[in-house]
Amino acid sequence: MLRKKKLARGVAIVGGGLTKLGLFKDRNSKDFFAEAYTEMIGSVDKGIDPGDIEAIYIGNFTNDFFVNQGHWGPIISDLVGHVPKPVTRTEGACASSALAFREGVFAIASGFYDIVLVGGLEQMSKRTTEEVAEGLAMAASPYEVATGFTFPGVFGTTATAYFAKYGASREDLFNVTIKSHNNAPLNPKAQFPMTIRDFMNARIERCRQKGEPIPNWKDERDFLRDPLVNPPIAWPMHLFDCCPISDGASCMLLVAEEMARKFTDVPIYVAGIGQGSGYSLHAKENLTSFEATRAAAQEAYEMSALKPEDIQFAEVHDCFSIAEIVHLEDLGFYKPGYGYKAVAEGAIRLDGPKPINTSGGLKTKGHPVGATGVAQLYEVWVQLRGKAGKRQVPNPNLRVGGAHNLGGTGGTCTFTILERR
Amino acid sequence: MNERPFNDYSYQQFLNEGKIMGSKCKKCGALALPPRPICVSCFGSQMEWVQFKGDGRLAAFTSIVVAPPPMAKEGFGRNNPYIVGVVELTEGPKVVARIIGVDAKKPEQTKVGTPLKAEFLQKGEGDSKQTSLAFKP
Repeated sequence: MLRKKKLARGVAIVGGGLTKLGLFKDRNSKDFFAEAYTEMIGSVDKGIDPGDIEAIYIGNFTNDFFVNQGHWGPIISDLVGHVPKPVTRTEGACASSALAFREGVFAIASGFYDIVLVGGLEQMSKRTTEEVAEGLAMAASPYEVATGFTFPGVFGTTATAYFAKYGASREDLFNVTIKSHNNAPLNPKAQFPMTIRDFMNARIERCRQKGEPIPNWKDERDFLRDPLVNPPIAWPMHLFDCCPISDGASCMLLVAEEMARKFTDVPIYVAGIGQGSGYSLHAKENLTSFEATRAAAQEAYEMSALKPEDIQFAEVHDCFSIAEIVHLEDLGFYKPGYGYKAVAEGAIRLDGPKPINTSGGLKTKGHPVGATGVAQLYEVWVQLRGKAGKRQVPNPNLRVGGAHNLGGTGGTCTFTILERR
Repeated sequence: MNERPFNDYSYQQFLNEGKIMGSKCKKCGALALPPRPICVSCFGSQMEWVQFKGDGRLAAFTSIVVAPPPMAKEGFGRNNPYIVGVVELTEGPKVVARIIGVDAKKPEQTKVGTPLKAEFLQKGEGDSKQTSLAFKP
C-alpha cells in the first residue's frame, strides 16, 4: 500500500525571477515572461550558460480565453531561445505553475534531465472584470456554475459554514486583510503596495479635493465595515476579501542537487512536495476544509520528515481571506477552528511566530493565476536566501519555508517545502 | 426509468419531470446526488436509482452581488442579489442549489441549519425549457 514518498535524487533551486505584478495594457505575456526570465538568469550567483537548460515546464491556466492564444509552451521556448528543446505546458487552474514546478522536480529526480526551467504566466487585463470572472469560473465544477455560483461565492459558502461551526465572523476576516496589506508596501513587486491606512488616507484626500464630506472612520476595521468602500461581492466576501485581477510571469531554475553548488553557495533544496485533488463543493465531506490541501500537505510532510511546526513561514493561497484561514488549519499549522484565533492573536504577522504571506499574499501582491504557484515559491526562495529586504522574516536561523497553492475552488492543491541546508 | 444511464443528463431529465433522483451503489449502499456511474466509496459500478424526498437543512450559503453573465441576463446583480447554497438532504448527500424565499439583501438574517424543502424552478421556453433545483424554508 502506501510507502514513504521520496525523490530518486535531490533537486535544488539556483535561480528565480518574478515580474512586478499589476495591470499592464501595453505589454503582453511574452514581455512578462522575458522580464522574469532575465531576472532569473541574472540571479544565478555564479552564472549559468542559458544553453545548458535542457527542458521547460510552463504553467498557464487559460490565456486561451484571456488573450485568445493557446499552446504557450513553444511560444515561450521560442521567446527565450530554447527551440528545439522540449517544453510542456501544465494546467491546474490557479495552481498551474506549481504543477510545472513539480513536473520539473520529477524530471530531474528521475535522472533524465539535470537543468530545467520552470515557470508560469497569465495575462488577465485584456478582458473586462465580468469576462475574467467568467474565465475563472471555467475552473469551478459544472454543478456550481449551473447553479449560479461564482468563485467568490464558493468561498462565501466556506465562510458561512466556518462562521456557523466555530463562531467566527466577518470581523475575523478583517485580520487577514489588514495583515496582508501591512506586508504589501515592503514588497516592491506588489500590485497594491498599500496598507489599509494608506487606502483610508487616499480616500480622505480624494474627498477633500472633490469637496465631498470627509469620512471619519475610527480605524482600519471601521473602514472595512463601510459598504461604500468595501462593498459585498458574494456575502460575506467583500471587495477587500478578494484578490485582484493581475498580469505577470514567474520562473525558476532547477538543477540536480549534486551540481547545485556549481551555480551558487546558497542553493535552496526541495525538501517535500505534495499534490492533491478535491471534490466539487456538494460532494465535499467537510465544507470547512480542503481535502486536496490535506493530501498535498501529508505527501510533503511524509517526504520531508518535517512536521507543521517545523515550517517557519509560508505562502498560503489567499485568493479570498477565508481561504487563508481554512488552509492554515488544513496545512496543520493550527487545529480546525483555531486558525482565526491564531490570526487574531497576531501569530502570522511578519514579526509573529509563523509569518504567513510575507509577500503580501495574492490579495496585495497580485494573482496572475498561471504564474502564482512559482511566484509563491519565489518568495520562499528569496526569504530563505535572506534577500527579502524590508520584508525579510526577522529570524536569523531561517531554514524551512512552505508554499501552498490552490487551483479552482480547491480541485487542485499543492504544498511544497523548501529548505536551506 | 431504470434503463437511464447514471449521469448528469438523466439527472436533468428527472428534474424536468419533477423528481430528485440519485444513485445507490448495489455493493456498498453509498448514495450519490447527482448520480455517479462509479461509486467513490467502494469503486463499485452496479447502481440503482433512488428518489430523494427533497427535505434538508442549509449547510452553507452566499448572497451573490456580482453576478456571472447568465444570472445577470436574468436580472440579477448589484441591486438584485441572489442566494445559492449547499443543502444537506435528510438522506445524507448534499446538493448545490438556489435558496429562495429568503432576503438576499439581508444575508446576515439567513442561518446555517435552517430546514429547507425542495422547489423546482422553471427556466426558458419550448425546447430550451429546463428545470433547476431550488430550496426554500
